Amino acid sequence: MSTTTILLVAVCLAFVSFVMGRQKAYRIAGSSGGVNQLHSLPGHYGLMVGLWCALPALAIIIGWKLFEGPIVSSLLDNSVPLAILEQGDKRIELYKNEINNLAASGNITADPDPAKKQAATHLNTLRSYSSVALFLFSIAVAIIGAALAYRKIKLKTRARPIVERIIEFFLLASALIAILTTVGIVFSVFFEAMRFFSQVSVIEFITGTKWSPQTAIRVDQAGSSGSFGAIPLFLGTLLISAIAMIVAVPFGLMSAIYLAEYASPRTRAIVKPLLEILAGIPTVVYGFFAALTVAPLIRNLGEHIGLSVSSESALAAGTVMGIMIIPFVSSLSDDVITAVPQAMRDGSSGLGATKSETVRKVVFPAALPGIVGGVLLAASRAIGETMIVVMAAGLAANLTINPLEAVTTVTVQIVTLLTGDQEFDSAKTLAAFALGLLLFITTLILNVIALRVVRKYREQYD
Amino acid sequence: MTDSDSGKDSGDSDMSKQNAAQPSTNDSPKRDTTSLVKATLARRYAAEKRFKFYGIFAIAASLAFLVVLLTSIFIKGWPAFTHAYVKMNMTLDADTLGLSENPTSQELRAANFSGLIKESLRERFPDVTKRKAKKELYQLISSSGEYQLYNMVKDNPEIVGTTIETWLPADDELAAVLKSGDDLSNPESIVTRMSDQQIGFAKTLKDAGETQTRFNKVFFTNGDSREPEQAGIKAALIGSALTLLVTFILSFPIAVAAAIYLEEFAPQNKWTDIVEVNINNLAAVPSIVFGLLGLAVFINFFHLPRSAPVVGGIVLSLMTLPTIIIASRAALKAVPPSIREAARGLGASEQQVVWHHVLPLAMPGILTGTIIGLAQALGETAPLLMIGMVAFIVDIPAGFTDAATVLPVQVFLWADSPERGFVEKTSAAIIVLLGFLILMNAVAVLLRKRFERRW
Repeated sequence: MSTTTILLVAVCLAFVSFVMGRQKAYRIAGSSGGVNQLHSLPGHYGLMVGLWCALPALAIIIGWKLFEGPIVSSLLDNSVPLAILEQGDKRIELYKNEINNLAASGNITADPDPAKKQAATHLNTLRSYSSVALFLFSIAVAIIGAALAYRKIKLKTRARPIVERIIEFFLLASALIAILTTVGIVFSVFFEAMRFFSQVSVIEFITGTKWSPQTAIRVDQAGSSGSFGAIPLFLGTLLISAIAMIVAVPFGLMSAIYLAEYASPRTRAIVKPLLEILAGIPTVVYGFFAALTVAPLIRNLGEHIGLSVSSESALAAGTVMGIMIIPFVSSLSDDVITAVPQAMRDGSSGLGATKSETVRKVVFPAALPGIVGGVLLAASRAIGETMIVVMAAGLAANLTINPLEAVTTVTVQIVTLLTGDQEFDSAKTLAAFALGLLLFITTLILNVIALRVVRKYREQYD
Repeated sequence: MTDSDSGKDSGDSDMSKQNAAQPSTNDSPKRDTTSLVKATLARRYAAEKRFKFYGIFAIAASLAFLVVLLTSIFIKGWPAFTHAYVKMNMTLDADTLGLSENPTSQELRAANFSGLIKESLRERFPDVTKRKAKKELYQLISSSGEYQLYNMVKDNPEIVGTTIETWLPADDELAAVLKSGDDLSNPESIVTRMSDQQIGFAKTLKDAGETQTRFNKVFFTNGDSREPEQAGIKAALIGSALTLLVTFILSFPIAVAAAIYLEEFAPQNKWTDIVEVNINNLAAVPSIVFGLLGLAVFINFFHLPRSAPVVGGIVLSLMTLPTIIIASRAALKAVPPSIREAARGLGASEQQVVWHHVLPLAMPGILTGTIIGLAQALGETAPLLMIGMVAFIVDIPAGFTDAATVLPVQVFLWADSPERGFVEKTSAAIIVLLGFLILMNAVAVLLRKRFERRW
């Protein structure tokens, strides 16, 4: 009994109860002088019954599915042999995974270990019990809900307010999902980061200058004690973001000024969407281009004038990232520049200033807060950008500000730490969450400041 | 308002010239200022020109980069849509293949197809006798030729024993040379890892008309592979479609509901403000953080399957929610209050006003925002790396919980592969990805053009 079947049955039941509810409303109305005598439209009665049928059942199905995994897994504890229980939590986890895979393979008899075979069969029985129980339980709840609501249908039942209140509750819940996401991010990342900080001190993390997250997997392994000083990562992130901003700000700003102040409406209508294409290209494409075309180009150029350039130089990743960010800077600045009142420009022109003087001395200062806000937003995007740096920047954590050398960034490290084969509780994987927490806080602060600046500035001229 | 400025541009500067010139003729005390202005005028106009030029330069440079990016990818990726094939006459001798009278499927799988191909190549080039030369000869045909023969025999066992004429896929290096149209009689001019002798073989085959370049069907019908000739994007395409479907099913209703609540029902208070600020902030949270959320909550806490489209879809929908909510709110806001008032005047309840009148009128704008949000999700890579969608996927995923990968992640994986053949595959996958993005954005633009109303 798959979840899809259960859902389908529930949906069908809900539809049937909708039709039945509506029919009952028509019947009652017919026997007492027409539809006008009803408090609400017949459809509202149908909806009332349908919602009472579907919602409780749906809640049960979702709740069941969310907690089925952990519960079944804990029931499996009894099947773990004593020899494995003695080897600690990690081995137990591994053993359970093996049983899981065996149970899912559909060919249990292929395994030589009888204990495992038994456990896998046991797991499959548990699962099938669980799904049958879920099916019976949810369908029963659906039918009971529908029956209760059906019995309530009278001539003066206030079906519309009931239905509308349920719908409004659903609307509110949807709006709250945004909050829930933020809470989810903060909690999940925060708790894992705290676990990391219980193994590595915060001071070492923030002030250490050596980053080599290779911890020993075996106790007797040599030379990989693991050190988690994140300064090289911060510096690398800053370096690449700074290069990106050096490219993006002048180009984006000048494009915005030209489009807002000089270009004819036709040029503007053509060029603006073309620039926006730059923002629509997936970052993985930029990463590919940076690694395969721009980085070799910069290295060859450097060798030509006698500089040694790393093949994963910060310059290549930064430049390409800067180009990606141009449309952000340009469209955000464009908005604020066009929001500067025309009267200010007219006043400046009236005093004999040329157009560029007007822009530089009147429009730009007036738009500056908004532009700064836009630049901050762009900077937060540069700091959080992942794919370009994963593909074009290096892995080695060098402590340098030379743009021709390879540096690594916070996002690159998160990806490398979490995509390798590693047990989940090691300091190495937990470090990724600590970095994620830092990344989240940094970008959040930048965003809050930027949004506040932009909003405050907009109010001035509205 | 600035749009109209450019027309006045010349007028403005004329005026300032006049302003500067007029007093000079009759007002002698101001002569100093005037001459000062006049003296600096040339410099100021030069500065004006320079400033304007900077603007044009910035735009031109950005667009030039766009053109370079797209053409370089297009040039690199285009050859991947075709592949070179070599005509082979081969006798499907049961002895060479090691097959019995009525071969079982196990026998078929173990059959020596590669030996058969080698034998046919030796027959085609009878004067090749040296060990090294033979080895070089064998390298001309891709190892996927064996699978092609296996499939032919499996589908049609009676061809064993007969002589057939078939086209087998050329090896990657040979295919690259054949597709490039280089002059084979001049081996020095060709950039390849093939030896001069191999180029000689290729020339013989090509001159005899026994090579052919065809549309590369394999690229669209296969999953990933370690061999560049056999790698295809079908698994990634299906994975992307499944993931995007989950994203749409989750994000569209939730985002529209949230937008309706915030725009039409929410009371104006501190809580609503918090929700709004929150949504704006979520829109700017780095995508990789959403990946961390997915890993910690859905995979480690709720034990949902790794690498599955359903988890990818959930993570991406959390990520696209703010985008769609913001666009939907803008669309709802654009519906004039008179519509709402007219409906209320006829006795509609607040919800009937929204569901029957405001929402249908705002739908085109909402759909446009949704498509743009989904296009964003389609191109997203980083959060999916976190939840393990970087697996090497050969099989086409059949459901929402199967291990799958998506198109951008496939691009990322291939870009990391050391084999040279994957460069063109990567570019080709990017072309397909960009094609879908263009399609989605075109639909969005069309929708906006066709249904947008100006009130």
